[in-house]
Amino acid sequence: MRATTADREQSATYTYLICLAAWAIPGAGHLLLGRIQKGLTFLIALTLMFAFGLWLDGRLFPVEITQPLVALAALADMGIGIAFFIARGAGAGAGRVVALTYEYGNAFLIVAGLMNMLVVLDAFDTAQGRK
Amino acid sequence: MRASHLGLMIVFALFVSVVFGTLMRDEPKEQLRFGAQLFTAFVVGGVALGWILYFFPL
Repeated sequence: MRATTADREQSATYTYLICLAAWAIPGAGHLLLGRIQKGLTFLIALTLMFAFGLWLDGRLFPVEITQPLVALAALADMGIGIAFFIARGAGAGAGRVVALTYEYGNAFLIVAGLMNMLVVLDAFDTAQGRK
Repeated sequence: MRASHLGLMIVFALFVSVVFGTLMRDEPKEQLRFGAQLFTAFVVGGVALGWILYFFPL
Protein backbone atom coordinates (compact mmCIF):
# COMPACT_ATOMS: atom_id res chain seq x y z
CA MET A 1 0.00 0.00 0.00
CA ARG A 2 1.39 3.43 -0.91
CA ALA A 3 1.85 5.98 1.85
CA THR A 4 -0.23 9.10 1.50
CA THR A 5 1.22 12.60 1.78
CA ALA A 6 -0.37 12.95 5.23
CA ASP A 7 1.29 9.70 6.35
CA ARG A 8 4.64 10.90 5.13
CA GLU A 9 4.24 14.27 6.89
CA GLN A 10 3.24 12.54 10.12
CA SER A 11 6.23 10.23 9.81
CA ALA A 12 8.59 13.17 9.21
CA THR A 13 7.18 15.04 12.21
CA TYR A 14 7.65 11.93 14.36
CA THR A 15 11.24 11.57 13.19
CA TYR A 16 12.04 15.19 14.04
CA LEU A 17 10.40 14.83 17.45
CA ILE A 18 12.58 11.78 18.09
CA CYS A 19 15.65 13.83 17.12
CA LEU A 20 14.60 16.68 19.40
CA ALA A 21 14.12 14.26 22.31
CA ALA A 22 17.46 12.60 21.51
CA TRP A 23 19.21 15.97 21.63
CA ALA A 24 17.43 17.22 24.77
CA ILE A 25 18.06 14.10 26.85
CA PRO A 26 20.91 11.81 25.73
CA GLY A 27 19.54 8.40 24.78
CA ALA A 28 15.87 9.50 24.88
CA GLY A 29 15.51 9.03 21.13
CA HIS A 30 16.64 5.42 21.31
CA LEU A 31 14.44 4.79 24.35
CA LEU A 32 11.42 6.13 22.45
CA LEU A 33 12.30 3.89 19.52
CA GLY A 34 12.40 0.85 21.81
CA ARG A 35 16.19 0.48 21.81
CA ILE A 36 16.28 0.33 25.58
CA GLN A 37 19.83 -0.99 26.04
CA LYS A 38 21.36 1.59 23.71
CA GLY A 39 19.25 4.40 25.16
CA LEU A 40 20.19 3.63 28.75
CA THR A 41 23.87 3.30 27.87
CA PHE A 42 23.89 6.71 26.15
CA LEU A 43 21.91 8.29 28.97
CA ILE A 44 24.30 7.07 31.65
CA ALA A 45 27.60 7.44 29.77
CA LEU A 46 27.00 10.88 28.23
CA THR A 47 25.42 12.40 31.33
CA LEU A 48 28.25 11.08 33.49
CA MET A 49 30.85 12.40 31.05
CA PHE A 50 29.23 15.84 31.08
CA ALA A 51 29.06 15.84 34.91
CA PHE A 52 32.69 14.71 35.05
CA GLY A 53 33.66 17.66 32.83
CA LEU A 54 31.94 20.08 35.19
CA TRP A 55 33.59 18.42 38.18
CA LEU A 56 36.99 18.89 36.50
CA ASP A 57 36.41 22.68 36.41
CA GLY A 58 35.67 22.74 32.69
CA ARG A 59 33.96 25.74 31.14
CA LEU A 60 30.62 25.89 29.37
CA PHE A 61 31.56 28.37 26.69
CA PRO A 62 29.29 31.30 25.79
CA VAL A 63 28.26 31.90 22.18
CA GLU A 64 30.58 34.73 21.15
CA ILE A 65 30.47 35.37 17.43
CA THR A 66 33.52 37.64 17.68
CA GLN A 67 35.54 34.65 18.84
CA PRO A 68 34.80 31.86 16.35
CA LEU A 69 36.62 29.10 18.26
CA VAL A 70 34.75 29.95 21.47
CA ALA A 71 31.47 29.94 19.53
CA LEU A 72 32.29 26.52 18.07
CA ALA A 73 33.12 25.18 21.52
CA ALA A 74 29.80 26.58 22.77
CA LEU A 75 27.93 24.78 19.96
CA ALA A 76 29.71 21.54 20.87
CA ASP A 77 28.84 22.05 24.55
CA MET A 78 25.19 22.62 23.66
CA GLY A 79 25.11 19.26 21.91
CA ILE A 80 24.42 17.63 25.27
CA GLY A 81 20.96 19.23 25.34
CA ILE A 82 19.00 20.43 28.33
CA ALA A 83 21.80 19.54 30.75
CA PHE A 84 23.82 22.42 29.27
CA PHE A 85 21.11 24.96 30.09
CA ILE A 86 20.45 23.50 33.55
CA ALA A 87 24.16 23.65 34.38
CA ARG A 88 24.43 27.23 33.08
CA GLY A 89 21.31 28.20 35.04
CA ALA A 90 22.74 26.67 38.19
CA GLY A 91 25.94 28.66 37.77
CA ALA A 92 28.06 25.59 37.03
CA GLY A 93 30.59 25.45 34.24
CA ALA A 94 32.17 28.84 34.92
CA GLY A 95 35.55 27.21 34.32
CA ARG A 96 38.57 27.82 36.53
CA VAL A 97 41.46 28.52 34.18
CA VAL A 98 44.09 28.05 36.89
CA ALA A 99 42.78 24.58 37.75
CA LEU A 100 45.09 21.76 36.72
CA THR A 101 42.17 19.92 35.18
CA TYR A 102 40.64 22.89 33.28
CA GLU A 103 41.58 21.68 29.79
CA TYR A 104 40.59 18.10 30.64
CA GLY A 105 37.22 19.36 31.82
CA ASN A 106 36.74 21.24 28.56
CA ALA A 107 37.63 18.10 26.58
CA PHE A 108 35.08 16.06 28.52
CA LEU A 109 32.32 18.67 28.08
CA ILE A 110 32.96 19.27 24.37
CA VAL A 111 33.32 15.59 23.46
CA ALA A 112 30.18 14.66 25.44
CA GLY A 113 28.22 17.23 23.40
CA LEU A 114 29.71 16.11 20.08
CA MET A 115 29.02 12.44 20.81
CA ASN A 116 25.41 13.26 21.68
CA MET A 117 25.12 14.87 18.22
CA LEU A 118 26.24 11.54 16.72
CA VAL A 119 23.67 9.77 18.88
CA VAL A 120 20.98 12.12 17.48
CA LEU A 121 22.03 11.20 13.93
CA ASP A 122 21.87 7.50 14.84
CA ALA A 123 18.37 8.00 16.27
CA PHE A 124 17.41 9.75 13.02
CA ASP A 125 18.67 6.81 10.94
CA THR A 126 16.90 4.34 13.21
CA ALA A 127 13.61 6.28 13.02
CA GLN A 128 13.95 6.32 9.21
CA GLY A 129 14.33 2.54 9.22
CA ARG A 130 17.90 2.57 7.90
CA LYS A 131 19.23 0.63 10.90
CA MET B 1 41.89 17.61 43.79
CA ARG B 2 44.77 15.37 42.77
CA ALA B 3 44.42 14.35 39.16
CA SER B 4 46.62 12.00 37.24
CA HIS B 5 47.01 12.62 33.52
CA LEU B 6 47.02 8.89 32.84
CA GLY B 7 43.97 8.35 35.04
CA LEU B 8 41.99 11.09 33.30
CA MET B 9 43.01 9.75 29.89
CA ILE B 10 41.80 6.30 30.90
CA VAL B 11 38.46 7.68 32.13
CA PHE B 12 38.08 9.67 28.89
CA ALA B 13 38.91 6.57 26.81
CA LEU B 14 36.38 4.57 28.80
CA PHE B 15 33.52 7.00 28.14
CA VAL B 16 34.31 7.36 24.44
CA SER B 17 34.72 3.59 23.99
CA VAL B 18 31.40 2.86 25.71
CA VAL B 19 29.53 5.37 23.52
CA PHE B 20 31.17 4.37 20.23
CA GLY B 21 30.93 0.66 21.00
CA THR B 22 27.19 1.06 21.61
CA LEU B 23 26.73 3.35 18.62
CA MET B 24 28.59 1.30 16.04
CA ARG B 25 27.38 -2.23 16.88
CA ASP B 26 23.92 -3.66 17.52
CA GLU B 27 24.53 -6.88 19.42
CA PRO B 28 25.62 -6.51 23.08
CA LYS B 29 28.43 -9.04 22.63
CA GLU B 30 29.76 -7.17 19.58
CA GLN B 31 29.41 -3.85 21.41
CA LEU B 32 31.52 -5.17 24.27
CA ARG B 33 34.14 -6.54 21.91
CA PHE B 34 34.37 -3.38 19.80
CA GLY B 35 34.34 -1.15 22.90
CA ALA B 36 37.17 -3.15 24.47
CA GLN B 37 39.19 -2.90 21.25
CA LEU B 38 38.66 0.85 21.11
CA PHE B 39 39.57 1.29 24.77
CA THR B 40 42.77 -0.71 24.34
CA ALA B 41 43.69 1.26 21.22
CA PHE B 42 43.09 4.57 23.02
CA VAL B 43 45.14 3.68 26.09
CA VAL B 44 47.99 1.88 24.32
CA GLY B 45 48.07 4.57 21.60
CA GLY B 46 48.09 7.37 24.17
CA VAL B 47 50.92 5.85 26.19
CA ALA B 48 52.91 5.05 23.02
CA LEU B 49 52.45 8.59 21.71
CA GLY B 50 53.50 9.95 25.10
CA TRP B 51 56.74 7.97 24.96
CA ILE B 52 57.43 9.03 21.36
CA LEU B 53 56.98 12.68 22.32
CA TYR B 54 59.31 12.14 25.30
CA PHE B 55 62.19 11.94 22.82
CA PHE B 56 61.17 15.22 21.13
CA PRO B 57 60.95 17.80 23.93
CA LEU B 58 59.55 21.22 23.01
